[in-house]
Amino acid sequence: MVIGIALAFPAGFIVFLDNVSAVSSSLNNTVELNLFLDMEVNEKQATALKDRLATHNDIKETILIKNDEALSEYKKLSGFDNVLDALDENPFPHLILVKPEFNNVVDTKVTRLVNELIEIPEVENIQYDSKWINRLVKIIDIVKLVVLILSALLVTAVLLIIGNTIRLSIYNNRDEIEITKLFGGSDSFIQRPFLYSGFWYGVFGSFVAWLLVIVSISILDAPIKKLSGLYETSFQLSGLGIANTLFLFGIGIFLGLIGSWISVKRHLSSIEP
Amino acid sequence: MIQFTNVSMIYPGGNKALQDIDLSIEKGEMVYISGRSGAGKSTLLRLINLIDRHTRGQIVIKGQNLERIKSKRISLFRRNIGFIFQDHKLLNDRTIFDNVALPLVIAGNTHQDIKRRVQASLDKVGLLSKINSYPMELSSGERQRIGFARAVVHRPSILLADEPTGNLDPALSWEIMKLFEQFNQVGVTVMIASHEIDMIRHMQKRIIILNEGRVINAS
Repeated sequence: MVIGIALAFPAGFIVFLDNVSAVSSSLNNTVELNLFLDMEVNEKQATALKDRLATHNDIKETILIKNDEALSEYKKLSGFDNVLDALDENPFPHLILVKPEFNNVVDTKVTRLVNELIEIPEVENIQYDSKWINRLVKIIDIVKLVVLILSALLVTAVLLIIGNTIRLSIYNNRDEIEITKLFGGSDSFIQRPFLYSGFWYGVFGSFVAWLLVIVSISILDAPIKKLSGLYETSFQLSGLGIANTLFLFGIGIFLGLIGSWISVKRHLSSIEP
Repeated sequence: MIQFTNVSMIYPGGNKALQDIDLSIEKGEMVYISGRSGAGKSTLLRLINLIDRHTRGQIVIKGQNLERIKSKRISLFRRNIGFIFQDHKLLNDRTIFDNVALPLVIAGNTHQDIKRRVQASLDKVGLLSKINSYPMELSSGERQRIGFARAVVHRPSILLADEPTGNLDPALSWEIMKLFEQFNQVGVTVMIASHEIDMIRHMQKRIIILNEGRVINAS
């Protein structure tokens, strides 16, 4: 049980990191550059520029949002219909949404593209949300590092727990070991059952950890769905998955075997007939 | 078969357990080692089974110089030897079958072979009916006979016994000694350490007498 709880934390961290990575990459993947055109640029020129940009090697897609579309949308959203109707001219410029070929907002290529586009005479201003995404990615990197260190500590703790359990088991079976040695039992023969124990500690520990993570995810799922609903996103908490489950069991078994092997090597030689 | 040449054994504390022992025991011989408590009888047997290592001299068993046997090879060497202890050294949480089967399990015999040999061995000591019992359910004499069955089940070429009749009454002691004799008759070298000099004189075998770690009579 203790092994299971100790393993559940790194397993939970894996799930946490997977989900955080999913969130950050989805943010990264939504790189869009808003090119606000000069007020003097007419619809024909804007369309021509949109088509020209679409042929750029670093640009995947361009969408033109005409100034009258922007105005009607703003009217709908703001409710200032009367005020806006009173204006002589449309205050909105034409806007070209540019989706670059590369998806990572922290990529220096994005900065290079922005610098290139801002030089186009028809472009008045470019907006893209890079700073906070950049910060978020950096924070996630630090969190990943902290999680890695914590996981390493917990894995060491599992190793020590298994080692100590096997040590106690060795001392509880002292008489049997002694008698087995007297009748020609080799070290590897004596080690075998303790290694099997380590293996099963790993298997059961991993199973308990897996169960704890599954239960935790099912408890957290509904509140997170609600939260993502509030942000109008369809984010869904992902579980361990097959690969991570296999990894968890693999690590558990590996730690069980290594822990018991180290313990047996250290303590078996001290028991002599 | 067993050759001691100028063998001494001094324990780390400085206790001289054996001093300048020269002994020769032939293949198929049955020998008693006698002497007072602390004379070095048990140490002599422990050196043969490599439980302890001698500090001087040379011990050669079946052509093997014990000094040259590395720690990793000790287990293999011990598989040729049967050992009977005064305190039986049985596993109380295992059945008689499991206890007697231990040397065969260690040697990697098949389940069928183990079953057959354990039954034969228990039959030999007259305790086949106790095959599924636990050591604590048996009397001291029965436990010693189980110890005997375990020591011979893997057909060792040397059988060592350290005070095998120490806790037994004369009738049971005699019975145990007869078992040793029977086993010796099939060619096994038998060495028995015992302080019961009157009883072993009746067995009409060679008696090696030790005193303060030295052989005082080996005729």
